[in-house]
Amino acid sequence: MAALTLPVLIFLFGLAFPLGWLEAPSYEAMHGLVGRPLARVCLFVICWLSLLHWAHRFRYTLYDGLQIKHLNEVITVFCYGGALLGTGAAGYLLWNFR
Amino acid sequence: MNSKEMRETPAYTEFHPRWYRERVSTYWWLWKWSYLKFVLREISSVFVAWFIVVTLVLIAGLSWGPEAYAEWQAWMRLPAVIAVNVVSFFFVLVHALTWFNLAPRAIVMRVGGKRLPDAAVAGANYAAWAIASAILAWLVMRRG
Repeated sequence: MAALTLPVLIFLFGLAFPLGWLEAPSYEAMHGLVGRPLARVCLFVICWLSLLHWAHRFRYTLYDGLQIKHLNEVITVFCYGGALLGTGAAGYLLWNFR
Repeated sequence: MNSKEMRETPAYTEFHPRWYRERVSTYWWLWKWSYLKFVLREISSVFVAWFIVVTLVLIAGLSWGPEAYAEWQAWMRLPAVIAVNVVSFFFVLVHALTWFNLAPRAIVMRVGGKRLPDAAVAGANYAAWAIASAILAWLVMRRG
């Protein structure tokens, strides 16, 4: 999911629009796009899966890469807790989108 | 009785040899390109999380109104943010490419009892990627 959708989004929103390579969409256009129920569901799924992906990978990167096994519980709570928090924030923002 | 003397029934001793395990350096992944590639690929997840946070702020900004969206756009134009996004883009690209290239090893597709060639599975993934990217780009850049 992250692999399929994020490269183009980072390219557009992170590089092409801020650097002026492409004309950035107006507030109205973006607002209308995110306002659609289907778009909100898709965004939620992208956020949720990407954050879970981050939590899992980052946890094992710390575990294998830095060998800080004594902090295992802290890292697990931090990673999955962070993912949960982010997913909750995504759900809240998208549900209450005005 | 001396303990060295032989007994009729030998006492059970819990003899557990200590394994010889060489301590692995914390930086084991730095010295070999294949290990470094693995760790770099894992680290790409951090940039995925970064962009999700950026996206959430964008959604909040859109919800709050045009000024918040303009502020978000101005923030995205900061050189430091652009630098992070350049790095993010490359990391996410590496992540996507390596993922599509290993897909044939994870997915064994059989059609009519024959295994589909790796290139077909990878090709299908690349095609899905191209289509998803095109749809997203079209949605975002559509005028009117």
